Amino acid sequence: MVVYELTDSEIDRIFQALADATRRDIVSRVLTAGHSVTALAEHYDMSFAAVQKHVQVLERALLVTKERHGREQLVNSRIDTIGRAATLLQAYEQIWAQRALRIDDILAEDTLKEQS
Amino acid sequence: MTVISVEKDTDALTLTFAAEFAADVNRVWQVWEDPRQLERWWGPPTWPATFTRHELSVGSRSSYYMTGPDGTKAHGWWLVTAVDAPTLLEFDDGFADENGEPDDSIEAVTMTVTLESIDGETRMTTLTRFASIEQLEKMVEMGMEEGMTLAMGQIDEVLAA
Repeated sequence: MVVYELTDSEIDRIFQALADATRRDIVSRVLTAGHSVTALAEHYDMSFAAVQKHVQVLERALLVTKERHGREQLVNSRIDTIGRAATLLQAYEQIWAQRALRIDDILAEDTLKEQS
Repeated sequence: MTVISVEKDTDALTLTFAAEFAADVNRVWQVWEDPRQLERWWGPPTWPATFTRHELSVGSRSSYYMTGPDGTKAHGWWLVTAVDAPTLLEFDDGFADENGEPDDSIEAVTMTVTLESIDGETRMTTLTRFASIEQLEKMVEMGMEEGMTLAMGQIDEVLAA
């Protein structure tokens, strides 16, 4: 696995970039497949230019790349640079953490029934 | 519920997740055995699962689909490979096409579930073995709530880098 040394200012940019819900959503959408800015813009109640700006912030934070594909600009995740397998396993861990919480909810219903 | 441990192996592509529940082993086994209970937790609220066939016996095939927010259905299947109720379950979890027919172009994920009684509680350990990054990616795509949690994971990775 390639490990990159990030400077403090790079880390600051990453945190600032991910502090916004729309930008987090863009990152998760492009993680599995490249999206054009137009396609991304369809998901949000804001102008194309505003979405374009969010993508720029993510680009500066090294979280995504943008390249020209014919008339479209394709946004891709750069998460491979910080460990694609690690990131996906982290996401998969979240799936199990959430499943465990839902199992707990089901089990808690038994206790409620016993009490009533 | 307490998460006891999580181990990730990025080379072997495995994840071991252990959690303890305040219920006995037989009760926790039911959430795997009873399809109506299973479908309440297998998929996230945005992609709930529906099991159309499910039985925990060796060689038995389960069929399920997960329905996305826009009505898209992602189909999957289990092939039960080992059962020792109520403590051990092994199965392959694979992808299927829109008719529920197994999609052989992508390998199945191998799952081992063990339940053990510890001080009246039940420790559930799930070991998932992925054959490839593509498969892991597809699994995450199917099981993930959109948004925040994934981004949080990325922050952890950045800090670890």
